[in-house]
Amino acid sequence: MGKLVINQNKVTPEIAEKLLKVCPFGAISKEGEKLSISSACKMCKLCVRNGEGAVDFVEEKIVALDKSLWKGICVYADCQGGNIHRVTYELCGKARELASVTNHPIYVLLIGHNIGDCAKKLLHYGVDKVFVYDDEAYHSFRIEPYTAAFCDFIEKVKPSSILVGATDLGRQLAPRVAARCKAGLTADCTVLEMKENTDLVQIRPAFGGNIMAQIISPNTRPQFCTARYKVFTEPKPTEAASGEIVNMEAAKDKLASKVEVLEIHEKPRDIDIAEADVIVAVGRGAQSEAMRAQAAELAELLGGVVACTRPLAESNIFDAKRQIGLSGRTVKPKFIICIGISGAVQFAAGMKSSDCIVAINTDKNAPIFDVAHYCVVGDAAEIVPSLIAKIKEARADV
Amino acid sequence: MKILVCIKQVPGSNNVEVDPVTGVLKRSGIQSKMNPYDLYGIEAALSLTEKYGGSVECITMGPPQAKSIIEEAVCMGAKNGTVLSDRKFAGADVLATAYTISQGIRKCGDFDIIICGKQTTDGDTAQVGAEVAENLNIPNVSNVISIDEIIDGKATVTASLDNNTIKMSVELPCLISMENDINTPRLPSYKVKQSITDDVVKILTFDDFDDKNPDHYGLSGSATQVERIFPPEKNTEKHSVTGSSSEQAQSLYELVSKLKMI
Repeated sequence: MGKLVINQNKVTPEIAEKLLKVCPFGAISKEGEKLSISSACKMCKLCVRNGEGAVDFVEEKIVALDKSLWKGICVYADCQGGNIHRVTYELCGKARELASVTNHPIYVLLIGHNIGDCAKKLLHYGVDKVFVYDDEAYHSFRIEPYTAAFCDFIEKVKPSSILVGATDLGRQLAPRVAARCKAGLTADCTVLEMKENTDLVQIRPAFGGNIMAQIISPNTRPQFCTARYKVFTEPKPTEAASGEIVNMEAAKDKLASKVEVLEIHEKPRDIDIAEADVIVAVGRGAQSEAMRAQAAELAELLGGVVACTRPLAESNIFDAKRQIGLSGRTVKPKFIICIGISGAVQFAAGMKSSDCIVAINTDKNAPIFDVAHYCVVGDAAEIVPSLIAKIKEARADV
Repeated sequence: MKILVCIKQVPGSNNVEVDPVTGVLKRSGIQSKMNPYDLYGIEAALSLTEKYGGSVECITMGPPQAKSIIEEAVCMGAKNGTVLSDRKFAGADVLATAYTISQGIRKCGDFDIIICGKQTTDGDTAQVGAEVAENLNIPNVSNVISIDEIIDGKATVTASLDNNTIKMSVELPCLISMENDINTPRLPSYKVKQSITDDVVKILTFDDFDDKNPDHYGLSGSATQVERIFPPEKNTEKHSVTGSSSEQAQSLYELVSKLKMI
């Protein structure tokens, strides 16, 4: 794809000085009069732009890829213990959007054992074909047989893009398959777009979310990406089934595994508030038993956990594990609703980088409103039950 | 028992910023510390050798300065380590990085277990380990919580797999990616640090590798290209939710619906 070439004759002391400063990775060093670039280089090409000709980026020949040979947007169906992970449906919805640009078919790849019902369910998400690998060898997830099936599918169907849910399973299967195909793989994409030339535009946070990177794989196929659960919108299933189920089979000799599953235990639902995507936090303004019960119910409905402020942990109303703040845990959920919390600096420091912060407090001057995105001045004892009722009502309609 | 731990030097802080106008990365991406997730891998490896005998070696890819994390690992108890360093490796994505590390591992000898941390704090992809295993044609297990027993050429490990905890037996050699917070990494020994010698760090370059096709390394060997980088949208929005309690509840209901939480 290219390399950097230093034109030593154009390197003046001023330019050298400037380039040493401009490199964000400290990859440029000066030995005598000469500049050199070390392997710390990340090819950001800032030195090319700022070097006044001292550094050139030399494009290298690229073997042209016939992109028309690769057709289809494929979703890997995350299916464990006979259950399809909902990230799969979200990705089906995204695949439909992407496919509308290129008019590609939408495929689902399903690997497992006795998964006929799962395959049928997928026909309600607007996909064209569900490719099913059903074999005893896929009973529990083991890396080699799953990789073999996945690669068999790629070889036979040649999909252009493959979307994989960033579950524990997807995060080990996708790289294994991508490495075998010598294909590009982008983890944890938060935005996906399609170019007309079938290049998948993958955007993901880098450096702990401080920078967004837009990534493409212009010269390789298939293009792999993973996306986390709840990043994309889950479409409503269609009434009527559409598309067809295609039964596939990989060569038996490729299904051997050096891994033997001995025991499977369902995890106890632990309470790590730092891992939670949704938090209902309560403070002294909501410490009554009734309010705590409301908070717990709301958390349950939103698929989150209850957390608390320091006074509630200290008075043993809550376990200390649930405390947010400098002396408790730092949390960064996608959504946090703070009920009856004034918002002391020590508390705010432990949650202010959350994606969406809602605060309900009767005191309009409470400091919590400085960090909140949605400020609700009012009585939580009325608002929370009403919110719970509305959510339940909506659930009942489905 | 020969164990190899894959480690990485990462920036001391993730507080990088992009100039929104020029798209220029503000200087601060300099490598300076051991990826904290790797410490759990080193600790797991050292505990294994305490139980079963053998030695721990480390490998990293990066600039020559990365030798400092090898030294840190040695101070923790590793025997030695290798830095894969060459300008030809620059600009590598997951594919090229995993390939380079696999080539490097082949040059370091045979190992019973290769251990990786869960992910790095700068790349955050958690993908390189599995790709290395593929290149070396050995089984891999991710999210390992404990390595319970090693017997008859097999490791019994317990791993987290989404909603389940799975106990499995894996034939050696294998690659294991450890979960976080599963042990307490020991501190580096000051005494070892005082007596450390240069020969604990070996540097391997492109010329040392078996595969000498430069198209397989660095930017040339990368499938992905970064088209552009830009600062994330900061959430500076602020809404007042007003009205009666019921209206406020309705607004919140609409918000949680919009955020796909119900």
